[in-house]
Amino acid sequence: MTVTQPGGSTGLTVLDEVFTTARAESRAALIAYLPAGYPTVAGSTGLLTQALDAGADLVEVGLPYSDPVLDGPVIQHAVDTALRGGVRVRDTLSVVETLAARGGRAVVMTYWNPVLRYGPEAFARDLAAAGGLGVITPDLVPDEEHGWLAATEAHGIAPIFLIAPSSTEQRIASTTAVTRGFLYAASTMGVTGARDAVSDTARTLVERARRHTDLPVGVGLGVRSGGQAAEVASFADGVIVGSALVSAAEHGRAAVARLTSELAAGVRGNHTGR
Amino acid sequence: MSTTPGGLPPASAGLAEHGHNPDAGGHFGRYGGRFMPEALIAAVDEVAAEYDKARHDPEFLAELDRLQRDYAGRPSPVTDARRLSEHAGGARVLLKREDLNHTGSHKINNVLGQALLTKRMGKTRVIAETGAGQHGVATATAAALLGLDCVVYMGEVDTERQALNVARMRLLGAEVVPVTTGSRTLKDALNEAYRDWVASVEHTHYVLGTAAGPHPFPMMVRDFHRVIGLEARAQVLEQYGRLPDAVLACVGGGSNAIGIFHPFLDDTAVRLVGCEAAGDGVDTGRHAASITGGSVGALHGALTYVLQDEDGQTIESHSISAGLDYPGVGPEHSFLRDVGRAEYVPVTDAEAMDAFRLLCRTEGIIPAIESAHAVAGAVRLGRELGPDATLLVNLSGRGDKDVDTAARWFDVVDPASLPTEEPPADDAGAGEREL
Repeated sequence: MTVTQPGGSTGLTVLDEVFTTARAESRAALIAYLPAGYPTVAGSTGLLTQALDAGADLVEVGLPYSDPVLDGPVIQHAVDTALRGGVRVRDTLSVVETLAARGGRAVVMTYWNPVLRYGPEAFARDLAAAGGLGVITPDLVPDEEHGWLAATEAHGIAPIFLIAPSSTEQRIASTTAVTRGFLYAASTMGVTGARDAVSDTARTLVERARRHTDLPVGVGLGVRSGGQAAEVASFADGVIVGSALVSAAEHGRAAVARLTSELAAGVRGNHTGR
Repeated sequence: MSTTPGGLPPASAGLAEHGHNPDAGGHFGRYGGRFMPEALIAAVDEVAAEYDKARHDPEFLAELDRLQRDYAGRPSPVTDARRLSEHAGGARVLLKREDLNHTGSHKINNVLGQALLTKRMGKTRVIAETGAGQHGVATATAAALLGLDCVVYMGEVDTERQALNVARMRLLGAEVVPVTTGSRTLKDALNEAYRDWVASVEHTHYVLGTAAGPHPFPMMVRDFHRVIGLEARAQVLEQYGRLPDAVLACVGGGSNAIGIFHPFLDDTAVRLVGCEAAGDGVDTGRHAASITGGSVGALHGALTYVLQDEDGQTIESHSISAGLDYPGVGPEHSFLRDVGRAEYVPVTDAEAMDAFRLLCRTEGIIPAIESAHAVAGAVRLGRELGPDATLLVNLSGRGDKDVDTAARWFDVVDPASLPTEEPPADDAGAGEREL
């Protein structure tokens, strides 16, 4: 059942390589989020390609959803635009396929209902076939996974769950136990959006996670500059940037390339300015 | 338990153990649960734990009963609608008068409970979503009474069509935030309330306004509203020596319906009929009938019937009634539908407005347009069952807030004297709109 990629690897093993490579280089991985279909399907493929070419180790392809309760205004606006443009679930899969075909590494970030409607087993199958490596599900907690773990395992892709500063030790333990690929640590209590300062809660949360798991830990929510990326990279395995890149995307591919380069330097500990 | 006038069950009786709870994860059959961000799980766990303690705490229960009796005005009466009956096939139509509660609807039942719970948790701020504004007004009221800060999220479209309630909330000291995202109605107000809560959960309780959302809200909100059915069941039994043949209520999220249905669940001969808002008609696609015209999905924290397209994107709902204009429904209703214990029927805008006018004219009661959907369902069912039938209708709210909408619909005022707004999209049957 497991989809085998060139070289006999699965989505999961390719995802593992992203982090082992970064670790070997004594740095954090840079993970860039942009939604499929923004500003258009082709446009989003171009922007994500740009992010990969400019130094992102992995991209999160956002699957636009009508009720994104964990997203702030910047990402809401982008997914609204994508949905009004008629983007479909299959478009997200085709964006992943295009990126993977040219060697890009991609996971999908999606709210649960579109997956539920598509069929979790079918979604895992089709994403694996497209070359996707895993799925981040911001509103699915493992308690409600109902066959999702089995489906992702069968197709060799990673189910990536979130932990938050409010998570109890017990929930961090149970969530990390079923997460594959990397753990997504939501650094602050709040919705997505660029913030001026990296909160202390991020470091604390990563430390708490490490007591329960050897999984790489990616930190998301609020990073927008090379300086912040460097700061997060000093204690996390992955630096996840979303809203700041979406804001840059409003100014086109060059702006995305510029910010990605700055962030990529940041995760390597080389950054100028803030 | 404290006593109530007439020896009727007090509000606290609704919180007592009964045999119809969800499993530990909040599932009613396959429905319900918690489809929500991990960041909020600790908060809903805290609410669940605190509610469990509160429902067994005599002090909490006594305080709830005191407020329900001395402040909200419980129990609410049951009115025999004799002139309405003539239009309902001669069936006896009994109205459970939740419209007579303080703030004008059933919403106060839930809000007093959750506001007391907020104090117990040591939180100082409440947030709420509102559609018609009834829940927002009730929350603002309880917040004023108990000294809590209050922010109400309301879709911009709804702030326009329910301007009176916006003014009421502001008079009560609440901040009303018009929501301009998405369809700018109730579902978007919910999204915005969640976004607030995830960042404010340390000192804020989210007073969810209907028996939907993540566990424990569907169970807890239901329990706070069970007093409606407990009272009504006792009142009908005492006054008529029998149970009703059917209990009818409007269903948006479904809190007033689950409140009146629930104490009748074990009375299997009593039909439970939920009246969903069919807008222009379920077959037109412009409706809010999630059970009749929707499919199973996860929305706002629960697995339930939702209006969605083939990609799982939420479809905008349509109803003349802001309080029913929601593309989901409480998970226990989905469960009751699947097991066949309750039935859900569509009622169009036009049918609801006919019933609205009928109740005004025959009983001197101006109902909320939401509640008029249940009245329409009763008129229809009465004609089917005939004069031997006894129907209990939850008149969940009063219609003061809807006078503007109704005046437009029936064309009873000079349009020039009203603020500008688009006329109802459907002009068919305009001749029937004369009051």
